[in-house]
Amino acid sequence: MPAETPLDHIRNFSIVAHIDHGKSTLADRLIQATGGLDLREMKEQVLDSMDIERERGITIKAQTVRLHYTAKDGGTYVLNLIDTPGHVDFAYEVSRSLSACEGALLVVDAAQGVEAQTLANVYLALDNDLEIVPVLNKIDLPAAEPDKVKEQIEEVIGLDASNAVMISAKAGIGIEDVLEAIVHRLPAPKTGDRTAPLKALLVDSWYDAYLGVVVLVRILDGELRKNQVVRMMGTGARYGVDRVGVFTPKMVQVDALGPGEIGFITASIKELADTRVGDTITEDRRQTAEMLPGFKPAQPVVFCGLFPVDAADFEDLRAAMGKLRLNDASFSFEMETSAALGFGFRCGFLGLLHLEIIQERLSREFDLDLIATAPSVVYRIHLTDGTILELHNPADMPDPARIEMIEEPWITATIMTPDEYLGNILQLCQERRGIQTQLTYVGARALVSYELPLNEVVFDFYDRLKSISKGYASFDYHIADHREGDLVKMQILVNAEPVDALSMLVHRSQAERRGRVMCEKLKELIPQHLFKIPIQAAIGGRVIARETISALRKDVTAKCYGGDATRKRKLLEKQKEGKKRMRQFGKVEIPQEAFIAALKMES
Amino acid sequence: MNALSAEVHRFLPTTPADPGFGVYVHWPFCAAKCPYCDFNSHVRHQAIDQERFARAFAREIAVMAGRSRGLTVTSIFLGGGTPSLMEPATVGAILDAIAANWTVAPGAEVTMEANPSSVEAERFLGYRAAGVNRLSLGVQALNDEDLRGLGRLHDVAQALKAIELARSTFPRLSFDLIYARPGQSVASWEAELARAIDLAADHLSLYQLTIEHGTPFYALHKAGKLKVPDGELSADLYEATQSVTRTAGLPAYEISNHAVPGAESRHNLTYWRYGLYAGVGPGAHGRLMGRLGRHAVATEPNPERWLQMVEDWETGTTIDDALSHQEEADELLLMGLRLTEGVDLKRWRQVSGRDIDPTVEADLVAQGMVERLSPDRIRATPAGMLVLDAVVADLA
Repeated sequence: MPAETPLDHIRNFSIVAHIDHGKSTLADRLIQATGGLDLREMKEQVLDSMDIERERGITIKAQTVRLHYTAKDGGTYVLNLIDTPGHVDFAYEVSRSLSACEGALLVVDAAQGVEAQTLANVYLALDNDLEIVPVLNKIDLPAAEPDKVKEQIEEVIGLDASNAVMISAKAGIGIEDVLEAIVHRLPAPKTGDRTAPLKALLVDSWYDAYLGVVVLVRILDGELRKNQVVRMMGTGARYGVDRVGVFTPKMVQVDALGPGEIGFITASIKELADTRVGDTITEDRRQTAEMLPGFKPAQPVVFCGLFPVDAADFEDLRAAMGKLRLNDASFSFEMETSAALGFGFRCGFLGLLHLEIIQERLSREFDLDLIATAPSVVYRIHLTDGTILELHNPADMPDPARIEMIEEPWITATIMTPDEYLGNILQLCQERRGIQTQLTYVGARALVSYELPLNEVVFDFYDRLKSISKGYASFDYHIADHREGDLVKMQILVNAEPVDALSMLVHRSQAERRGRVMCEKLKELIPQHLFKIPIQAAIGGRVIARETISALRKDVTAKCYGGDATRKRKLLEKQKEGKKRMRQFGKVEIPQEAFIAALKMES
Repeated sequence: MNALSAEVHRFLPTTPADPGFGVYVHWPFCAAKCPYCDFNSHVRHQAIDQERFARAFAREIAVMAGRSRGLTVTSIFLGGGTPSLMEPATVGAILDAIAANWTVAPGAEVTMEANPSSVEAERFLGYRAAGVNRLSLGVQALNDEDLRGLGRLHDVAQALKAIELARSTFPRLSFDLIYARPGQSVASWEAELARAIDLAADHLSLYQLTIEHGTPFYALHKAGKLKVPDGELSADLYEATQSVTRTAGLPAYEISNHAVPGAESRHNLTYWRYGLYAGVGPGAHGRLMGRLGRHAVATEPNPERWLQMVEDWETGTTIDDALSHQEEADELLLMGLRLTEGVDLKRWRQVSGRDIDPTVEADLVAQGMVERLSPDRIRATPAGMLVLDAVVADLA
């Protein structure tokens, strides 16, 4: 392995694609074609290494791979692939990864064309001044329409697609063309003085159980070597470097990393907090004059409460969240108590997918049974005394008499859909208080932009969108601004007892609909009791929706078989076990599942 | 007839305080499996070697008797399966073995279940001669269409003949009906029940059809091809059953059992009063005292495997678990609350080491589900009986 690679033989690039358009498969092919791993070592998709990532076909944490490629011109190039998260929730991580690159491959499915998510990420790449090479994947599919998709790329994104690389990652077609395009069409790193003081960007960091904190770096100037003493300019922390290396994708140690290169270091760092992403790494004794601009920290936009189903798991949940936060600084949590659900945490997320992923990781990797409350957004409450509150939890809503006005976050949403579903989608957006800003067609596909209150989107918008478009519509959004809204706190009362975990802030115009849906849902979910149970949705003291669960009329075993008291007792024990999994509200027992299902919403 | 009715009065009565000791014998074979039945019953197409089974029963009887020395048998129950597929000689051999291994109280109740087919009715005299003094007939319905629907092999005419013959043969007779059948209305059930009461002697078992997991009815029901009365209608049917039988002088003394006062099934009372009982034969259950307290005892359900086990090791016992205080208390409560006489709370307290939760009881009393018959006796009200499983889950 050459210790020094000349700058013009380095390419740092990432792949931008919509879920399912073949990013991971292409990455695998590139690794395979350049001998990074032999076939035996190739797991199906190497880069998405978390279980959840592989199952959902998404990337959450950035990963990098160094590829050695001997091009047709005879030169040996170092190609650093920096894999990026595809989803908008992780736009922050995307832009961080992109800032370490000079170019990107835009992979588009030749049958499905450009999706909303593709757009968002291409714009991020353009914002970072990246050179973009369009790649049409799945050209071997019968449904592929490469000419139409090229046209679409030109019309919708405004990129020249005439030289798009035509490939099938799955069938291994055109892989070499991709490698050649990387070498010849993407620029080499621009600057870099190997003799200057070290200046490196801290791209990412994560905790490894064996190595401690692993830091992913992009070198701008100077050299990074083993045993060097480095300083994090932002935090002021000093470390002796233990290891310097690259991912092939296996971790391979190298003597040094030079300008334009991407690699990792370990330095017996115990606290992830000491490695702030975006920080500048320099030599301790010979510091670079100027810090890199760094990144602004990601702000959580969606909040929900997470509670252990079994109260005894509270400490385990706290420990698990702490561990997840080690590798995901954008996830935040603080303790919360609920009359309904006991002790738990109020958690902040970058978006709905982020929320779902954290929840799933907690239950899967830490084996925790959780209840999540309805997701809510951050409201800005202007009080009559002039102060402004940020409300993360509807339960903390101040007395309405003290509220001057409430602002809620709005998003700009982009939806792409086959035009046959457009009518339903427009209706959905209108129902959700959306304001249409753009509607254009590309062939039989429509691209529509809406301004929407985030509050209406966190509620089940995505599920509804998927169902009314049979899964064909794609959706992406970014936070636009805050606007005043006529928002009220809706409470749910079960047998006249308010259930705090089910209370939510809603727009007045939506209150009745949501209240009705919630009451209907709870009627299905709460088992019959020995007495009848009214379920009400109320704003202040006014009931806006009501359902009644009738009393249980018959529940008795007709026959006990020949003295087999055991069978009956086992049933009783199961019943008692089930009761333990219920939460008591006054005299009513509500199963945990009812909370989860009620909050999932909607028919 | 006089001699027989005199014998009725010699039946040993049991009381709540002294629930007696019963022996249950399970004959696991049936001519055909009914589509609603999830009991331990098996159909065999080759002849059953009854003598061999009788010898095995005798061996296991000796084992169970060894575990319950000093107890006097107050009732014997031959259940199944279809015990009336046994030759009278087989029944005689089993009853003889019980008498040889235990002390059987004079006037002990000896019940046998029988199907009302003509073949089986021919054996009634033989059973009586062997010592059976109470017959429990599986009539199930007095309507040919429903009998076919339930997969029964007899028709109404055969049932009527069997009832008549049984009444003249046995001192005591009970029969079973299944209600809440597909398509059944309250009015048609009331009419059928009135006819049944006319035919009945002094005891009736009236069971609501239950769709049990793993039965053909379960699969049909799940596939939407079998419509049974819903919760509301089945509650109405239950209430109609209570009122018709009460008026006729056969009030319920248990959820599904009705009798002229004094004619209750002693054997089943032993279960519900949570007395001790031994179970003999494949898949039979017992409650016997072990060194540390009450044990749940059960045997291998598969007839041939059970037979082999008994021949090799004297018994087919596969479960012999000491019950915890909580388990014993649960069983005492869930069995006892099925009875209109209710449960003795002093005994429950002794077993469980605690009292019934007063707030839970107060709520249930306020909802009209339970009541105190005396300071130490709690029972389910008629309304509580309908939702007894939920009531017990609250109280236990």
